[in-house]
Amino acid sequence: MLYAIISLAVLGGVFGIVLGFAGKKFAVEVDPRVEAIIGALPGANCGACGFPGCSGYAEAIVTAGAPMDACAPGKDAAKNKIAEIMGAEAGETKERKIAQLMCNGSKDNAVMLYAYEGINDCHAAATMYNGPKACSFGCLGLGSCVSVCKFDAIIIGPDQLPVVDPDLCTGCNACVNNCPQHVLKTVEISKLVHVRCNNKDKGKDAKAACKVACIKCKICEKNCPEGAIQVPVGGVAVIDYTKCTSCGICAEKCPTKAIEKVLPVCPTIQENAATPVAPGCAGCGLCK
Amino acid sequence: MQEIFIIIIGAVLVNNIVLAQFLGICPLLGVSKKLSSAIGMGAAVTFVLVFASLITWLVQRFILDPLEIGYLQTIAFILVIAALVQFVEMVMKKNTPDLYRALGVYLPLITTNCAVLGVAIINVQKAYGLIPMLANSFGNAVGFTLALILFAGIRERLEEADIPDSLKGVPIALITAALMSVAFLGFTGLL
Repeated sequence: MLYAIISLAVLGGVFGIVLGFAGKKFAVEVDPRVEAIIGALPGANCGACGFPGCSGYAEAIVTAGAPMDACAPGKDAAKNKIAEIMGAEAGETKERKIAQLMCNGSKDNAVMLYAYEGINDCHAAATMYNGPKACSFGCLGLGSCVSVCKFDAIIIGPDQLPVVDPDLCTGCNACVNNCPQHVLKTVEISKLVHVRCNNKDKGKDAKAACKVACIKCKICEKNCPEGAIQVPVGGVAVIDYTKCTSCGICAEKCPTKAIEKVLPVCPTIQENAATPVAPGCAGCGLCK
Repeated sequence: MQEIFIIIIGAVLVNNIVLAQFLGICPLLGVSKKLSSAIGMGAAVTFVLVFASLITWLVQRFILDPLEIGYLQTIAFILVIAALVQFVEMVMKKNTPDLYRALGVYLPLITTNCAVLGVAIINVQKAYGLIPMLANSFGNAVGFTLALILFAGIRERLEEADIPDSLKGVPIALITAALMSVAFLGFTGLL
């Protein structure tokens, strides 16, 4: 018993000392800027930047010259700090984006094909005829976007469609990338007009599946004073947000109300919401 | 000399550690997507395996046996292997950071790679002397590397093959591994 304890302790001790010396001898010098940038990032590891987590992004900035403005949740605060650390100009401020749902197929509007009683997950439902709705392009409403949102910015509303809170959404694209139906996209927060349909079928078929479907009538295209909205062949109406002035004429003219003009978000929220207040803060807004 | 040769051939081909003894399956599936990282992993395992065998052999011979505490074999051997893997990791991080990144989590996983522990224990069970022990360890490490490299080569080609949807990815890799194992059975009559 005594021998057992002593011999294992000696073995462990010897290896420990050897490893300790080796650790000193083979120490890899980490650029101090990497640590500093990790501190400046929100630490949510949301992956919006396209790198594996915040530390991966910080390393990419220092070693591979990755862009400094890729952190969506961190916004300008993080960008300016990173620029300060790297000793470079931050560049102009980008408007923040929030997620918009390109579907209005609520339980009243959409025609149901069957009653889905499977796993409560959009990916699972999507494997069965693209979900229980007759429209195979629409939102499935089971909340895969809710579960993937790191900022609790999405809830499933009373009509079984996700509702995005503009106050909390950081535009990180996590929900956009996780949606099996691809009905979410991020749009600049000041843009008020959105096409709430993703049904690429012909007008008649789309209308049969959902009351508020885009029927490809091109009335919006003809009425837009800026030429900002177009109905491509084999697709739904698409707004070119670089041209759109949010006048809302298309939304008024749309016969099925597939285009919606939303109310503007209060300016302070537009600018400040969900900006991390301290290093390590993910900007969830709970502290407010 | 003849005995050493037989041990090495036996370890590399006949009793191939992965394909005949089914030890170390994890890296076989994990690090075999690219030939370059398979070679790196093979080299890392070879280094760890030979040195771990040497040190565990010494530990068994001069500590565990004289003190009659053979029941501590497993824990003492794992201690040796873990320390050695840590050491290899440090050296790699310093000298070959690209390889270090390519191997990723599989490098620390050599710690719990049963091929390494398995060979160390087989060496003791067969009561090899120093030279046959080193030959057996080296042979097994080469066998592991051989299996990994062959498998990686096949998988690189499989990337472009027309595989049925339901078999894409891991399933076809497992079928391939099974077929390779069957092929290696052909070496059974060699010795």
